[in-house]
Amino acid sequence: MSLYRNLSIRQKQVVWAWGFLALPIVFYCVIRFYPTFNAIVLSFQSWNLLGPREWVGLDNYAKLWDDPVFWKAFRNTFMYLILGTPISLVISFVIAYHLDKTKLLHGTLRALYFLPFLTSTVAMAWVWRWFYQPVPIGLFNNFLASMGIAQIDFLNSTSNALPSILLPAIWAGLGFQIIIFMAGLRAIPTSYYEAARIDGVSTWTILWEITLPLLKPTIVFLVVFSSIGFLRIFDQVFNMTTNNPGGPLDSTKPLVLMIYQTAFSSFDMGYAAAQTVVLFAILLVVSLIQLRVLREKP
Amino acid sequence: MTDIRASADSLMKGQSSARAAKGPRDPYAVLRWTLLAMGAIVMVMPIVYMLSASIKYPFEMYDLNIIPKEPTFENYTYVLSDGRFLRWFGNSFLIATLTTISAVFFDALVGYALCKFTFRGRTFMFIAILSTLMIPTEMLVIPWYLMSKSFGWLDSYWGIMFPGIMTAFGTFLMKQFFETVPDDFLEAARIDGLNEFQIWWSVALPLVAPALSALAIFIFLGNWTAFLWPLIVTNSQDLYTLPVGLTTFSVEQAVEWELIMTGAALATIPTLIVFLLFQRYIIRGVAMAGLKG
Amino acid sequence: MRTFKAFTYAAATSFAALVAAAPASAVEIEYWQYIFDARITAMDVLIDNFQKANPDITVKQSTFPYADYRTKVAAAIPAGEGPDVVQLFYGWLNDYVQADLIQPLPAANFPADKIEAEFFPMVRAMKIDGNYMALPTAVRSLALFYNKRMFAEAGLTAPPANLDELVEMAAKMTTKDGAGNITAEGLTSGMTAQDHHWWREVVLRQFGGAPYSDDNKTVTYNSEGGVKALQFYADLEAKHGVTKSTFMDEPQAAFKAGRAGMHIDGSFRIGALKDTRGLDWGVAELPAGPDGTKSNYASYWVNAITTKAQGEKYDASVKFMEYITSDEAMQIWLDTVGELPAKPSAAMTDANLADPVFGPFVAGLGYANTTVFVDESGQRQVLVDAISRMMLEGQSAADSLAAAATAEQVILDGYYKK
Repeated sequence: MSLYRNLSIRQKQVVWAWGFLALPIVFYCVIRFYPTFNAIVLSFQSWNLLGPREWVGLDNYAKLWDDPVFWKAFRNTFMYLILGTPISLVISFVIAYHLDKTKLLHGTLRALYFLPFLTSTVAMAWVWRWFYQPVPIGLFNNFLASMGIAQIDFLNSTSNALPSILLPAIWAGLGFQIIIFMAGLRAIPTSYYEAARIDGVSTWTILWEITLPLLKPTIVFLVVFSSIGFLRIFDQVFNMTTNNPGGPLDSTKPLVLMIYQTAFSSFDMGYAAAQTVVLFAILLVVSLIQLRVLREKP
Repeated sequence: MTDIRASADSLMKGQSSARAAKGPRDPYAVLRWTLLAMGAIVMVMPIVYMLSASIKYPFEMYDLNIIPKEPTFENYTYVLSDGRFLRWFGNSFLIATLTTISAVFFDALVGYALCKFTFRGRTFMFIAILSTLMIPTEMLVIPWYLMSKSFGWLDSYWGIMFPGIMTAFGTFLMKQFFETVPDDFLEAARIDGLNEFQIWWSVALPLVAPALSALAIFIFLGNWTAFLWPLIVTNSQDLYTLPVGLTTFSVEQAVEWELIMTGAALATIPTLIVFLLFQRYIIRGVAMAGLKG
Repeated sequence: MRTFKAFTYAAATSFAALVAAAPASAVEIEYWQYIFDARITAMDVLIDNFQKANPDITVKQSTFPYADYRTKVAAAIPAGEGPDVVQLFYGWLNDYVQADLIQPLPAANFPADKIEAEFFPMVRAMKIDGNYMALPTAVRSLALFYNKRMFAEAGLTAPPANLDELVEMAAKMTTKDGAGNITAEGLTSGMTAQDHHWWREVVLRQFGGAPYSDDNKTVTYNSEGGVKALQFYADLEAKHGVTKSTFMDEPQAAFKAGRAGMHIDGSFRIGALKDTRGLDWGVAELPAGPDGTKSNYASYWVNAITTKAQGEKYDASVKFMEYITSDEAMQIWLDTVGELPAKPSAAMTDANLADPVFGPFVAGLGYANTTVFVDESGQRQVLVDAISRMMLEGQSAADSLAAAATAEQVILDGYYKK
């Protein structure tokens, strides 16, 4: 104890800091870094979970490069990203922008928009799966049929399936984004708008010249947050295509589902590990870009 | 800080913005409101249809009407009668609660240490923790499984919980929030003779209480819906969480959609109730996380 | 301090006494299988009977969703966790043996010549280096389920004898709404369900093809017969319009809901259909091919003792294995699950052959083929994709089949080259 007393305030703080961090350091080392290291090592090995692990060098990565399914999954993953992020952000901004200006039943409307965010992904995946069924059970197609329109193959189509699966993912995240946009809108000091109004600037100009630039931190946050979400999409695809996972013809398969299947259907652990390393790299690049942009304060 | 508070608080109170109140008369108010209301209805339609299907008999299950001609709670009686759903519900609740408490505690502790203490290796620690954010869970499942085995954690609540007892996201969020706490406050407490843990606990934490509640909401929701890991680590159905149970149930029911919808409703209704009760705080929490994250 | 010591001592001794008092012979072994209500019920009955006969042994049954079962087993046993006796799909056996996860059945209790004399010959695939590694309680085959009410409404009296009649009858039972959507299908279809078995071991052979070479290492269906067989299958939906693979989400659901006239499925479906009220159904043998060829697909799940079971748990596991492969267990399994006994003597009885429900399945066993899978879900996916390419991308049967054969050969090579 006397040893501690003799320390300077600075030094005492260092002791406290490591005291605070002691357990977390153990946690992050044992539960995060060691398994990550393990997975990276595994990506250079061949292991079917049952037999011994064998070193195979870069074989798994070479196999990945030559695997058409991987490139399809790669493409799909980015399709989820480049469709999902802009669409959901534009919709949520438009709603937030207008919702911010309404008074009547404001709280109720906002609650309704937010509600889907609180649902369980697994539960809602099954709900949407039901909606998408062909006649006679699917809600959407029954609606079309009642108007005499031929049904649409939502899930059993190489072109429709991915957007059909993306829709519930966008739907579920919309409420979250709307709230964040609204909070961002309100954080903009009213004085800016008052000044603009005195100058007689049009609403459109206010939106482009004041609102959007000042919302930049919010937009960056949402872009990054939803990008990572769409890059890691799994629950919806898994639960909506259980009969033909990622199908038809791998047209909806994202990387995470490919990893899951390689690991737990084909038991090719080394190959699955190589895929996770690639996914890891993609997420890392996206996140680094994020940090770079975040640093540039407006 | 005050801006964030004020704007999040105004959201919490369910007010429309001050600008809306003060501005000139809005010529498009009616059109705007009508479109927004229609959009809101579309948004909740899936939930409404899920609830509606859960109180329908099979014979009108696939009709488009929302209010059943003959509403019935038979589906619920059937689904709840084997008791598994209640058990799964209890498991999910217990696991999500304990994990949330642990994660909020440790994330705040680490976030504070990385923000308010100066020591060699701080930046390294921060980057190291942040980097774990980008490790996909799928990558860790097998190593975790083998590890659980050697520690004897399989098929236990602890086994389900351990990967989530601290989160990098929460640490990052808390660090950002602690940056808004003035060092003067802490210094004053130091002069009053509080030790660093006491300063953290009784001075710093209360100042970021709204952020803590925001984090708690995120972690709770995340654990409530967690799917892949609980599936791998549990052996007996008694330990399943709700999403794992629901998938099992849906596959078992082999497309008796009214029962699957009932199961989905049972997994959703609790969060809807919680939302209705704590709506203001949840919305404020989300708003704060967004502004600071 | 003294009292504390005394207390600890007292506690320790009483604990020791408690431990000693427990019957030394009480053994608990764990049994794993996947979730399928009838199978769980049947196993509960078997466990009950077994425990009555062996009061010193308790058996704990754990079950997992089918989709995740293999994951669970594969992850648990290497970790030394999990079951003492485990149920495995026959096609997985080699993997488990190679990895030293299951132990041979003791020859004293399970002599090879006795097994070969009593069980269906397909069980021989379970023999490795002269030892039987695993044994089934039951086997299953395919048959054609048909909806009697829809048959009567379409004026049909007997189930189809061959593939032409199958198409013809299916057409009569298919109904469509004003928008041209199928509202009731004549025949269910879905490569994701049992159709890939039906196509691989039945339709393909009926059109003169063969799925694999004799050593099972080479894909041989990329032939004239194969193309015809695939074309036939695709035409059911594309040309004849008597089926839609996504109808009601799953083939068996459509049949169960009374919206499909005919449905090809395994004997394990009997249990689920039995309890469906308002559904009047019958079973027939699979329709014969154009030249009268009959074929069927048989598969089975086996029970094996894992390497985890040692000492008294091993002895208890052997006893349990003996019981669940006994005639009595097979009869219980047949009555509860609807899966056929693994011994001809118990299966091909006159009573079973004459049974309106079991009869067609039992008859099918007589001419059934078994696929030696190396990766069942992967090999299934190959056929799923083959038909998708034709239906969704308009590829020709020949091109699609060639691509499928190449893809499946890669899977086989990956396994056999190890």
